[in-house]
Amino acid sequence: MTEFIAPTVDWAALSPVVIVLLAAVVGVLVEAFVPARVRRTVQLALAVVALAGAIIAVAALWSGVEETGGTVVLGGSLLVDGPTLVLQATIALLALISLLIIADRTETGEDAFAPNAAAVPGSDYEELARRKGVQQTEIYPLVLFATGGMLIFPAAGDLLTLFVALEVLSLPLYLLTGMARRRRLLSQEASMKYFLLGAFSSALLLFGIALVYGYSGSLRYSEIAEATQVPGGLDSLLLVGSVLLLSGLLFKVGAVPFHTWTPDVYQGAPTPITGFMAACTKAAAFGALLRIVYTMLPGLAWDLGVVLWTVAILTMVVGTVAALVQTDMKRVLGYSSIAHAGFILTGIIALNEAGIVAVLFYLFVYGAATVGAFGIVWLVRERAVRHGGPEGTHGHSSILGEATHLSQWAGLGRTHPLLALTFALFLLSFAGIPLTAGFAGKFSVFSAAVEGGAWPLALIGVLASSAAVFFYVRIIVLMFFTEPAGEPDGEPAAAPSGVTALAPSAEGFALAGDAAVSVQAEPVVQTRSTVTTTVVGTEGFAVVAITVCALLTIVLGVFPSPVLDLIASVATFLP
Amino acid sequence: MHTLTTLAASLPSDSFAPASETVRAGVLLVAPLLVGLPLLSAAVLLLAGRRSDRWGHWLGVLASAASFVVAAVVFVAMLQRSADSRVIDVTLGTWIDAGAFQLDAGMRLDPLSLTFVLLVTFVGTLIHIYAVAYMDHDADRRRFFAYLNLFVAAMLILVLADSYLLLFVGWEGVGLASYLLIGFWNYNTEYAVAAKKAFVANRIGDLGLIIALGIMFATFGAVDFGTVLSGEDGIASEATLTAIGLMLLLAACGKSAQFPLQSWLGDAMAGPTPVSALIHAATMVTAGVYLIVRSAPLFDAAPTAQLVVVIVGAITLLFGAIVGCAKDDIKKALAASTMSQIGYMILAAGLGPVGYAFAIFHLLTHGFFKAGLFLGAGSVMHGMDDQVNMRRFGGLARYMTITWLTFMAGWLAIIGIPPFSGFFSKDKIIEAAFVPVDGAPWRAWVFGSITMLAAGITAFYMSRLFFMTFEGERRWSAKRDGSAQHPHESPKTMTWPMIVLAVGSVGLGFFLNSGGRFVEWLEPVLGDTEHHEPVLPIWVLTVLTLALVLLGVVIAWRRYAVSQVPVVPPVGTALTRAARVDLYQDEVNDIALVEPGQALTRSLVYADRTVIDGTVTGVGLSTVLLGGWVRRLQTGYVRSYAASMLLGLVVLVVVVLLVQS
Repeated sequence: MTEFIAPTVDWAALSPVVIVLLAAVVGVLVEAFVPARVRRTVQLALAVVALAGAIIAVAALWSGVEETGGTVVLGGSLLVDGPTLVLQATIALLALISLLIIADRTETGEDAFAPNAAAVPGSDYEELARRKGVQQTEIYPLVLFATGGMLIFPAAGDLLTLFVALEVLSLPLYLLTGMARRRRLLSQEASMKYFLLGAFSSALLLFGIALVYGYSGSLRYSEIAEATQVPGGLDSLLLVGSVLLLSGLLFKVGAVPFHTWTPDVYQGAPTPITGFMAACTKAAAFGALLRIVYTMLPGLAWDLGVVLWTVAILTMVVGTVAALVQTDMKRVLGYSSIAHAGFILTGIIALNEAGIVAVLFYLFVYGAATVGAFGIVWLVRERAVRHGGPEGTHGHSSILGEATHLSQWAGLGRTHPLLALTFALFLLSFAGIPLTAGFAGKFSVFSAAVEGGAWPLALIGVLASSAAVFFYVRIIVLMFFTEPAGEPDGEPAAAPSGVTALAPSAEGFALAGDAAVSVQAEPVVQTRSTVTTTVVGTEGFAVVAITVCALLTIVLGVFPSPVLDLIASVATFLP
Repeated sequence: MHTLTTLAASLPSDSFAPASETVRAGVLLVAPLLVGLPLLSAAVLLLAGRRSDRWGHWLGVLASAASFVVAAVVFVAMLQRSADSRVIDVTLGTWIDAGAFQLDAGMRLDPLSLTFVLLVTFVGTLIHIYAVAYMDHDADRRRFFAYLNLFVAAMLILVLADSYLLLFVGWEGVGLASYLLIGFWNYNTEYAVAAKKAFVANRIGDLGLIIALGIMFATFGAVDFGTVLSGEDGIASEATLTAIGLMLLLAACGKSAQFPLQSWLGDAMAGPTPVSALIHAATMVTAGVYLIVRSAPLFDAAPTAQLVVVIVGAITLLFGAIVGCAKDDIKKALAASTMSQIGYMILAAGLGPVGYAFAIFHLLTHGFFKAGLFLGAGSVMHGMDDQVNMRRFGGLARYMTITWLTFMAGWLAIIGIPPFSGFFSKDKIIEAAFVPVDGAPWRAWVFGSITMLAAGITAFYMSRLFFMTFEGERRWSAKRDGSAQHPHESPKTMTWPMIVLAVGSVGLGFFLNSGGRFVEWLEPVLGDTEHHEPVLPIWVLTVLTLALVLLGVVIAWRRYAVSQVPVVPPVGTALTRAARVDLYQDEVNDIALVEPGQALTRSLVYADRTVIDGTVTGVGLSTVLLGGWVRRLQTGYVRSYAASMLLGLVVLVVVVLLVQS
């Protein structure tokens, strides 16, 4: 071993990370010292400024990195090179868009989070907190901490930093997952599962780090890469260690067989958080995976190829096939995100520069569509219309949780054409239909894979995405060409009268009274309440976010070249 | 088999893929308007919504007509150029620029694409006009016209594309328009199912095109026509070209309803009749023929793929003809006939250089007479309260004179009576099929006889259709509201398009055939079509074909015009019964595709519920909301999740160690 060398810290290169983490710490102080009345405003402003600042910091670093190829910071713990900057920009931007959806509140002032996450679900205390309008503004620092971890994750240059970053990004997410306002038990269950399985995978990762360290005597990627070049007698130690290490990362991206948590957690988490998690965690984890495969383990490409190929094929097939049979919108999107993880893996397996560009581009376009899609899922709500009976104190109808069952989306294209059209756009992008960003992304990963000699993977990928088109289009057909579902036991013949009574009115609250009147005319239903689907009105942040995502999806679909060129100009890893 | 390869090699390569020139100025720059106008109109109609209900359909007609005018201008400009400078690329800009892969979006104007453009815009405009009256009572007429315009635009992108990728955009576009239009009356579940069936069959075909694109990119590093079709030797092995050819054929089968992906076309008749005429007879379904003819240099270098093309064409040709003999639904009988006629074209395209020009020739004449026949059928349905069962027609000639006369022109054209259009184009295909192939003398006899036999069967079933509808005694049923039928001629906006198409059915074949005019026009694209002698003298073939045709007509006359046609279909022979249900195509599909698919889905659902989620999940969700049982379920889940992760990890580690040792 060598003597201790004090690292010189290049603070400028660290600025994106520092800004976000500093803002998160300030956010904690805000919780303590700022009066509750303005807390949300202050936190939101702080978070927006921090994330925008991070993006600006990345932009400021860009030209330098483009010239020099990148800087080694903290003696190699962090590598600020092209891919790092691209990923940091992606993560910060997607986090900023997600933040808008996270921060948004409905017309009645409800955000997506429990008023008091510590209260026992269904307890009087919870009801009291709800009525007082208490808000859990800690979500903002939590999101910032998670984002900070994500910014470090793909930049990490040694295994210990990698592990710390993983925990920094994971712990806030475990908490955020359990804070849904509606269906709190489901949310808490998801949180618990995510935590336990996350801890399990962290343990695997740590074990892997230990084995790799045992083989190479170092934690630095570059030094491990050198060690793998030298033939030694402990190859199995290195191999098992690498597989464990990869499994920890594959858990985070939701690749089969480490995917089991994904649908449950996506379903249980508050929807804006699901979008944030799906887009940003995936970008961070794939970034780290990309760096490790390309710079740390290229010597093992042949041995680990088997693992990555198996996982990629399984992931594409299981994700696609399982999504076909789902009936819950969030689960469909969950399995779809698993399938996408498989597509991105094919780009990683390509092991060439085109692969790096393709993966980075894919992460961005997939993230944009995902954040937008979950944003829309958050807006589509169930509405209970009370029939007959004495007038309740809360009026005739009240907005409930999200309408996530697929059948509840039937006919949405007729009642809310613009919203449904935007959702269809995101679905088409997921499906990879030309002129959407998803097509450009799929095309680039598959062509990179073919170039890298992995054409069987590209073939399976193309087959899987053709099959996947089925369930995306099924949803589009459901929204545009299917009558809204009536009562479960309703006869189709009785549809005309039933539909007028049960169809959610586009005008929302304004027509609730009329609807109730027309329902009263029906003798069958008297004092029961009917659940219909509606789109909730909000303060408008979510609409802005969804619009941005839709624009990104279209623009990057029609003109992908400038962004691809931009990424290609810096797509080289520091050793 | 070797002849074709040597033939292809012996032809000067520049006659096959002439050096295309890029246009920067001049009248040809209006070409993008061809696509732009209908696309813009479709956008206006869809976005303006109900506000445009009053004038929307006329905007649709106008857009299509304007597109035709542009096509005519381009056509005239093209005629003024010398024959060897008629392949022109109009570049619209860089489309994709991703490192090694660069692709310009552009249009290729040449005699082949222009033939299609003229057919699509001309017939399309006529059908737009027809639809104004036909869809008069439909509340969603504007949306219908928006989809029709969308279709025209997509079809033009398909035929004008200068790369396979842009062609694919158009390919998907026409698929989408077709899907929307088949399911236009989607409140009827059966129709929606038909739309879905067409969608699925087309997806299988599209898969072929995607894979072909992939192989092309891997082999040539490009997907534009200029590079892929340059015919340079040595870049691709014959095996690769065969693979590309077969995948393109799969694509063509899906889009053109060829065996084994033919099942959707009959059901697609659920769409409004103008749609059947435009999309499922005249234009979209012939896209497969276009794809094969456009890829001629690839196929010429892959004789095995060509042989498969011929076989597919021959099977479909007979398949459609046999099914057509038994159908009582007038539109389904016409659909079967379309399938069979496209079989002719595919067969001709598979014959290689001797057949390409005639495939396109037949496609063009077929576009006219088949569209005319469909519009005629629509007119009959219009006058007969939407009745489609031919056993409930009969003796309509007196009541709808114009429909009767125009339909007769189409009938005589399709069965190939001289001097009607179909005679010239079909006769050429039969001749080409009889041209001997070195090393495989059986092929001329087998495929030649099939084409000739099919001509006879065609004459029988088309005459059956014509006689059952217009001749014989009346077998009308009461209207749906119980009142008596009052067949009447359709309004002028419907009859005029029929008359125009009838004129085409009568004279187009003769006009284009005289002096080899059409073949010469296509020469800059398809190369010089050398004349080859069939195994029998041409006059013998013509006489034999005509004899078979007349025989078919006479049998049909005796059975369906002179003798009584039972209103209830007789039991019939085993073949008739099989043909009525489309030779059990749905059963075969069910057994081959649907059943395994559903079994897979069922088992997956089962696996999802038991292995992954546990059967309790369904119950679990509700109990979670009610509170209670959760904790017990929870631990169970996480344990099994963790176990599955661990198991997966162990398997991976074992695999790695096995591979390494």
